[in-house]
Amino acid sequence: MRHLINILDFTTEELLELVDVANDIIADPKKYSEVCHGKKLATLFFEPSTRTRLSFEAAMYELGGNVIGFSAAQNSSAAKGESVADTAKTISCYADIIAMRHPKEGAPLVAANAASIPVINAGDGGHNHPTQTLADLLTIYREKGRFDHLTVGLCGDLKFGRTVHSLISALSRYEGLNFVLISPEELKLPSYVKKDALKEKGIPYTQTTDLEGAMPELDILYMTRVQRERFFNEEDYLRLKDSYILTPDKLKNAKPDLSILHPLPRVNEISVAIDDDPRACYFKQVLNGKYMRMALIMKLLKEAGTL
Amino acid sequence: MNIDSIQNGIVIDHITAGLGMRLYDLLGLEKLDCSVAIIKNVHSDKQGKKDIIKIDADIPVNLDVIGYVDPGVTVNIIQGGVLVEKKRIDMPETLTNVIFCKNPRCITSCEQELKHVFVLTDRKHKVYRCLYCETKAN
Repeated sequence: MRHLINILDFTTEELLELVDVANDIIADPKKYSEVCHGKKLATLFFEPSTRTRLSFEAAMYELGGNVIGFSAAQNSSAAKGESVADTAKTISCYADIIAMRHPKEGAPLVAANAASIPVINAGDGGHNHPTQTLADLLTIYREKGRFDHLTVGLCGDLKFGRTVHSLISALSRYEGLNFVLISPEELKLPSYVKKDALKEKGIPYTQTTDLEGAMPELDILYMTRVQRERFFNEEDYLRLKDSYILTPDKLKNAKPDLSILHPLPRVNEISVAIDDDPRACYFKQVLNGKYMRMALIMKLLKEAGTL
Repeated sequence: MNIDSIQNGIVIDHITAGLGMRLYDLLGLEKLDCSVAIIKNVHSDKQGKKDIIKIDADIPVNLDVIGYVDPGVTVNIIQGGVLVEKKRIDMPETLTNVIFCKNPRCITSCEQELKHVFVLTDRKHKVYRCLYCETKAN
């Protein structure tokens, strides 16, 4: 059974295949409007989410399928102490595919090992968020026309930011990438991500605390939110939450074709004044996420032999 | 110093000096009723010093534990006072319930029935990571 737990579960060829399907959906959505007729997606969200859950639900509805599920752990049998594996086995009896978000790292892998239907990791704590990476990749491809030979700046919480880790892992497989890691000292990219995804592959990167200084060389600027829910200590969160706020003034030395991405939700790290700048891609990214989830659902159902 | 030779049992040889007790603990040898000898700092032409464990019973030992603690150790199986099998133990690809994930955010921290599985991700540097959260083993 094929699942998507980590973005590296898919080869670069498979990612390009998803991008091609997503672009085809964008060009002709009607062609796909009944593809999943009679199929059910179970959205198992043990942690709150707006974008990801609704994106999965919208994706399945636009494929002509149906959706069942829950949006908080207290609304599920997890509140009674049921294990993730038992939940996955149970849901396998009701649905054709699962999208799971869980606050504990590795929970979707536990579900995948127990389920008899495909499982998609919709975010597991601070660990992985591969479908956000799919949204990021489609956005990069549509804006730049390629994944290679780009200078990518990642800014904000690079320590707990799961979207950052997944995106670096995905992009590290392409030629000519250069990463600029912009964060406060306390929220630097974990050394194991640097070692596994960058150092060992000989991919050039620089670390800095200076966003404006890094700006002129960037093709892509990936902003992130400092996430309150990842801190055990409220004081640390309050001290670090306003480390980087992107304003029009800070873009004055940026390339005219810079693409500004953000996995959203934002708090204040991108000023709303930037929303009208043609370089702002974060709302396009939301839409792209839905198309990539449509492509992903179809791929996994086809590989499971149920489509 | 004399330790009697064994008739039926296991000799774990070429243990890096100082790791004998750790192996004894992780293999759970304190639970055995038979004679168990830990010989520390034995002279070795190859290693200079080494530890040896002799177990006077033909019991199954977890070779993964041995390969994780000290790859390169030799396990000798003795039957009727004769060496019948000699195995050189390499690092295992996976470890199950040998070491435990200490990441409080890992799913294993709240689901007690889950096996703690670690995967060898870097043979050169002997790095094992939790299968679920990818946290590095200490």
